[in-house]
Amino acid sequence: MDKIIKMTALVAPMDRANVDTDAIIPKQFLKSIKRTGFGPNLFDEWRYEDVGQPDSDNSSRPLRKEFVLNQSRYQGAKILLARENFGCGSSREHAPWALKDYGFDVVIAPSFADIFFNNCFKNGIMPLVLDESIVDQLFQEVFAQEGYSLTVDLEKQEMVKPNGDVIPFEMDAFRRHCLLNGLDDIGLTLAHQNEIKAYEAKRKQEAPWLFASLEHN
Amino acid sequence: MSAKTLYDKLWDAHLVREEEDGTALIYIDRQLLHEVTSPQAFEGLRLAGRKPWRIDTNLATPDHNVPTTDLTGGVASIKDPVSRIQVETLGMNAREFGITEFAMGDIRQGIVHVVGPEEGATLPGMTVVCGDSHTATHGALGALAHGIGTSEVEHVLATQCLIQKKMKNMLIRVEGQLQKGVTPKDVVLAIIGEIGTAGGNGHAIEFGGQVFRDMSIEGRLTVCNMAIEAGARVGLVAVDEKTVEYVQDRPYAPKGDDWDMAVTAWMDLKSDDGAFFDTVVEVDGSTIEPQVTWGTSPEMVVDVNGCVPDPAKEADSVKAEGIQRALDYMGLKANTPMTEIPAEYVFIGSCTNSRIEDFRAAAQVLKGRKISSSVELALAVPGSGLVKQQAEKEGLDKIFIEAGFEWRNPGCSMCLAMNADKLPAGKHCASTSNRNFEGRQGAGGRTHLVSPEMAAAAAVAGHFVDVRDYL
Ligand code: SF4
Repeated sequence: MDKIIKMTALVAPMDRANVDTDAIIPKQFLKSIKRTGFGPNLFDEWRYEDVGQPDSDNSSRPLRKEFVLNQSRYQGAKILLARENFGCGSSREHAPWALKDYGFDVVIAPSFADIFFNNCFKNGIMPLVLDESIVDQLFQEVFAQEGYSLTVDLEKQEMVKPNGDVIPFEMDAFRRHCLLNGLDDIGLTLAHQNEIKAYEAKRKQEAPWLFASLEHN
Repeated sequence: MSAKTLYDKLWDAHLVREEEDGTALIYIDRQLLHEVTSPQAFEGLRLAGRKPWRIDTNLATPDHNVPTTDLTGGVASIKDPVSRIQVETLGMNAREFGITEFAMGDIRQGIVHVVGPEEGATLPGMTVVCGDSHTATHGALGALAHGIGTSEVEHVLATQCLIQKKMKNMLIRVEGQLQKGVTPKDVVLAIIGEIGTAGGNGHAIEFGGQVFRDMSIEGRLTVCNMAIEAGARVGLVAVDEKTVEYVQDRPYAPKGDDWDMAVTAWMDLKSDDGAFFDTVVEVDGSTIEPQVTWGTSPEMVVDVNGCVPDPAKEADSVKAEGIQRALDYMGLKANTPMTEIPAEYVFIGSCTNSRIEDFRAAAQVLKGRKISSSVELALAVPGSGLVKQQAEKEGLDKIFIEAGFEWRNPGCSMCLAMNADKLPAGKHCASTSNRNFEGRQGAGGRTHLVSPEMAAAAAVAGHFVDVRDYL
């Protein structure tokens, strides 16, 4: 997984509470064999006039112009500013897959649904919980100022506004460690790769037949 | 050194590291891949820019979506586009990453759990994983086999390890001698009836005792296959001479010096005398009768000469409700003798019962007989191309066809409603598969799990019967 250490990026506002995972990625897209490619269908029902199908050509579908991600000023946003209980509903991992594929690395909200919150870490998305009043303030500033960007510094655990104001945030030490080092379960296991190799070397002596190749048979 | 169970030995031999809380990394010797649970794992690797740790220890074959009728068109013969894409994707991933695949059209293609042992790709003493809950099957060879999820498939591809906590040890000991006409399937169904579908939760089950020692490897594969239906992710049988004989000369079995060394090591793959089991269940093998499930869970099972249970006689109201719900789904009335239930469809196949021995046994019942005119469809679906070939060499296909069965190509077929073979709503099916959940064989379908012999006899009679009257 990519490491998230420090980034400065455009912010897009999702000004609704209780955004559920079916809104993030509707169920008809779950049949896919991939975990990439969900980006064009992120918030599908809100984003397009018609009902999308897995085989739709998204580039030719009519857009709902007023929807936030369709507005030119938010193109290229990597930070999503959201309201309370973001990511509620079904546990589908497709929701963080879709957000990540679209380009979001950070979601800021006053609160998140549990499973979604966990799934974010597995997929290299940083969910940041901030006080409701701070989130309110951020919404106002984002609406007021085109091109509004935030700098998120995970090492220092702080966010810097365009005017230089600093907002500190909290994050579980272990999770922070994983994000900083780009570690998911696989990353964590690979941190022990020397032990795996040592095991293999010893085992090859004891049971060489276990290391015969399946190829060319 | 203290006495160890077979599971303890396999665990210890594969332990790479263990955290204080018991979370461990265990090394995986073999991964089997099929088309349904692997695509997102490969996608994950690609996305993270990771390489498989040990590519040549993975073996892939499509099975769930493969049609069992005409295969001459290859992958293109799959009509459902979603199914076709999954099978195509497996092939593409295998080619891209350099994984050996037995693709559609390869004589070795078949259900992963039939193919692995048949090819000698799963061996005694190995750790085996597959993104499929019936992976416990391979434990019949004395291998530690786990069914895993897609994220774990990716984890094993990338690290050759599985994150796992050690389970408890359970011994199911079946002593005595089975009656004639009583098969490994009946043994495992009777066990599940006894301990329930949650009975093995959190345990690795070792099947021990005279009955399993006497049992063929094919039979042991059938039993371990259904360990998951008793709630256990792992099922095991100790290695003995039969295991060694079964493995010898299989394509991927060790050869030469390696073979001698392996056999020496394998002979220790049994629980030591006095090893500790957290749970022990004893069953008298001589009392087991041919089994038939009546409900929508494998534990809802009775002797063929028994009756559909009566919820009114169940004291526990939750259980009584469960029985009633199952009866409603199955369209059955309480106290109906099992032998009065029609078998409108018959399915002999699935990773539980699609090995050569299963077809031999069913053919013995079918020889010189015809299936009842009330049977709408009877399918015989070998577990692999090689099983099919062997059966045809022995002339078994003719016996099935003459009796009125359709003799199909290998795949999961009507075990689950993912390919074209589906059980229609409301129809009762005598099935040799492993799950009788609602809608498992097709929306609204009514599954009754039985042995291949019992399925064949039901086909002849048009309803469930005691196969012993046909032997
Ligand atoms: S035969 Fe049935 S249980 Fe076995 S792998 Fe196929 S679908 Fe799963």
